[in-house]
Amino acid sequence: MSNRYIGESIKRREDKRFITGKGRYTDDIVLPGMLHAHFVRSPYAHARVVGIDLEEAKAMPGVIAIYTGDDVAAINGVPCGWQVNFRNGETMREPKHPMLIPTGSTAKHVGDAVAVVIAETKDSAIDAAELVMVEWEELPAVAAPADAILPDAPKVHEQFPDNKAFDWTFGNPIEEVDAAMEKAAHITELEFINQRVVPNAMEPRAYIGSYDETSDKYTLYTSTQNPHLIRLLMCAFVLGIPEHKVRVVGPDVGGGFGSKIYHYTEEALVTWASKQIGQPVKWTSDRSEAFLTDAHGRDHATKAEMGFDADGNIVGLRIKTVANMGAYLSTFAPAVPTYLHGTLLQGLYTTPKINIDMTCVFTHTVAVDAYRGAGRPEATYLLERLMDLAALEMGRDPAELRFQNFIPPFDGVEQPGYQTQVALQYDSGNYEAVLKRGLEMLGYENFRAEQAEAAKTNKILGVGFSTYVEACGIAPSAVVGALGARAGLFESAQVRVQPTGKVSVFTGSHSHGQGHETTFVQVVADKLGIPMDDVDLVHGDSDTIAFGMGTYGSRSLAVGGSAIVKSIDKILEKGAKIAAHKLECAEGDLEYAEGKWTVKGTDKSIGFGDVALTAYVPHVYPAGLEPGLDFSSFYDPANFTYPFGCHIAVVEVDKETGKVTLKRMIAVDDVGNVINPMIVDGQIHGGLAQGIGQALFEGTIYDENGQLTNGSYMDYCMPRADDLPMFETDRQVTPCPHNPLGVKGAGEAGAIGSTPAVVNAVIDALWSAGHKPKDILMPLTSERVWEAMN
Amino acid sequence: MQVEINVNGKARKAEVEDRTLLVYFLRDTLQLTGTHVGCDTSSCGACTVHLDGVAVKSCTLLAAQADGCSVTTIEGMAKDGEMHPLQEGFRECHGLQCGYCTPGMIMTAADLLKRTPKPSETEIRFALEGNICRCTGYHNIVKAIQWAAENTAAPMLADSHLWTNDVVVEKVVETE
Repeated sequence: MSNRYIGESIKRREDKRFITGKGRYTDDIVLPGMLHAHFVRSPYAHARVVGIDLEEAKAMPGVIAIYTGDDVAAINGVPCGWQVNFRNGETMREPKHPMLIPTGSTAKHVGDAVAVVIAETKDSAIDAAELVMVEWEELPAVAAPADAILPDAPKVHEQFPDNKAFDWTFGNPIEEVDAAMEKAAHITELEFINQRVVPNAMEPRAYIGSYDETSDKYTLYTSTQNPHLIRLLMCAFVLGIPEHKVRVVGPDVGGGFGSKIYHYTEEALVTWASKQIGQPVKWTSDRSEAFLTDAHGRDHATKAEMGFDADGNIVGLRIKTVANMGAYLSTFAPAVPTYLHGTLLQGLYTTPKINIDMTCVFTHTVAVDAYRGAGRPEATYLLERLMDLAALEMGRDPAELRFQNFIPPFDGVEQPGYQTQVALQYDSGNYEAVLKRGLEMLGYENFRAEQAEAAKTNKILGVGFSTYVEACGIAPSAVVGALGARAGLFESAQVRVQPTGKVSVFTGSHSHGQGHETTFVQVVADKLGIPMDDVDLVHGDSDTIAFGMGTYGSRSLAVGGSAIVKSIDKILEKGAKIAAHKLECAEGDLEYAEGKWTVKGTDKSIGFGDVALTAYVPHVYPAGLEPGLDFSSFYDPANFTYPFGCHIAVVEVDKETGKVTLKRMIAVDDVGNVINPMIVDGQIHGGLAQGIGQALFEGTIYDENGQLTNGSYMDYCMPRADDLPMFETDRQVTPCPHNPLGVKGAGEAGAIGSTPAVVNAVIDALWSAGHKPKDILMPLTSERVWEAMN
Repeated sequence: MQVEINVNGKARKAEVEDRTLLVYFLRDTLQLTGTHVGCDTSSCGACTVHLDGVAVKSCTLLAAQADGCSVTTIEGMAKDGEMHPLQEGFRECHGLQCGYCTPGMIMTAADLLKRTPKPSETEIRFALEGNICRCTGYHNIVKAIQWAAENTAAPMLADSHLWTNDVVVEKVVETE
């Protein structure tokens, strides 16, 4: 097998359309007769719909239809895809998430929709929506998770007076953890908020529903990360349409970061309305609407304790967290604080006893769900903040404290995987090496001297460490099924060799920035020994691709790529039969390399193209063998994959203003084998920026009425180019032992490791100047940092 | 009202509502969908185009305000089949991922390089302050702009394929 493309920084094929303005996002699509939808939304976090008057709105020019909650009451709500029951066995509470709030019911977050206006133009829909008169009865609201479980908290759903969706405990029995902690020589305790952030993909959500009467078939264009999943959820659970009567297309999608995984009410509504009206219906979110209706991320209130013996060995970890679910349970929401968070609390350490106590609550806010990293950033933040703080408290070096507690290296082949206290078995890891490399890049020894000098000035310096391990390549279906997933998490791939030897690859993964059209083709071209120009990738259309679970959880290459490799193996196996027949030899005498089968030890060979042609023109052909050269495969992974790494931040803090300047961001990541280093670096960069964003800039601000007071790009601060330094990245490769490409996944790593590194750096700077805060609430604005010093 | 705007070298005449923003004139009336809308507060820069050779956010201008002016969009950056150096730079340096902010980034950077052909990293980052990218962390965008600056003679950047009013009218599109 030749290897010409794997490992090379091949420039992206998809770029040409994007740099010339020829990308085709959902809002760019115009269908004949297309109408435009605009939603009437609740201005209150909690309010009863007393009545709706549509008379004036209906009279507006261009209005075609207006639907209210009463019109769509028969439609099911959007479903939740994961069930986590209460620790006492009580079933998870799943309130209906209705399409539109009917009269007499209550809106449960600002932005909850009560009506949809469909008109000839977007402007006429907006104008008419202004005239939809809703009579509201405003009710008290609760936005913060810790407030939701207070005895007199306003109720989100009347039938669940304690506002709990479920509670959950995981790890070692609490008695064992308590006993371990009692013997600890030192306990580092930290109460903190992992604040709520907004994914903010640059392309706002957009949908077009289109119904064709003659074929009784719907098409939904949607800005999604997983077209087939949307089809499944919408058909089977919401609209009750047979799946073969729905085509879901995810065209170019402008970023997702988790927020475009979920099935949203607007998708189902435009699809439904297109049949009612008989014309296509488009809805494109504006940015303010996106802040109110896209699923948000994080939002944990945590108390964590880490116990150490007198030598600095970790002896126990005890955690209590309240996590916000928002008003309704979004598609993956229950999994995020539990099986994507509690299971990662081993971190990279040999901690012998771990227990987490989790309460997941409803609040009068939009749903919270997976956002880049989904649970693993929260787990990493918790562990890595504790480690740096423990080092400061015990007067230990934070790097040394980590080296002492790291799980020793294991490759998952010669040495077995590492069995954690929290269910997962890590596949392979070499944690010491990434921290060592990070320290080298930092120039650690010199840094401490520099810091001591700076401490005498007004611009103090700090360094923050973060070492992480995450679980991605999700996931083995049987495992996640046992943990409450209502779907499998395999991936499908079809490799179709055309008669001329050109290859079309159909993947259930979906690219919305990750570069699959390049990396997947690198894999296929190498495995088949043919030029990349002979291979094209097709993704994002449920009519052309057999099935797909989509792209999230850093799974595309590890799961989707592995499915492609399975299909290629089948192609080569059948190709060998055809080649052997043509070359009049036994299959075992053949070897495949450089795009041809050669009889070993001879110069007799037949090319891939000739074999393909023979498969489709089977005149001289093995008896009993089917014509054609086209194979589908489904790949269900054997385990999660476990990338890991070390992120180090260096900050300068202005003592007079509290302003934090990020001077250096170092990242050494081990994501297993790398197909395209350029693309992997780009994924890391983007993740770092989002993680830094959470540490320094981002965070929702809800007022006491549940109003999001910073719901626009004017008010919600995201990192801009002049907020960030050039990133210093390096890589180590510990292959994944259980998938055919040895890859682990790189999409989320940057966002997982960076946040605690930055916060730790600020805390370190302040301690260097004699201030000793344990925590500063994220985002670390100048004001908050200044307050910590004054 | 009727506006006549020279877009990418072609005079475009159309009836628009008084309130129509330039970005929707480009996207909806002319179907030039390379110019994107990422926010509603003029904060993200995805809609950046050039108006008479200067980068502007087309969501902040009425189409009426552009009447009689020349507009260059991302679709007008490649000329005679040859990419603008910034387009090459973004591809060369992996300066884009999802591609949504990219047209605005390229238009903003073109304005920078026209004024400052050899910008420092700080100047580049400062110039991009009005454009948000959520994918790249800006690292490779900065490198892409540096690549374009390094690989292009300054006079070419000054020209930047930016269309002016005296370009011959190739086609007139009229709508109701």
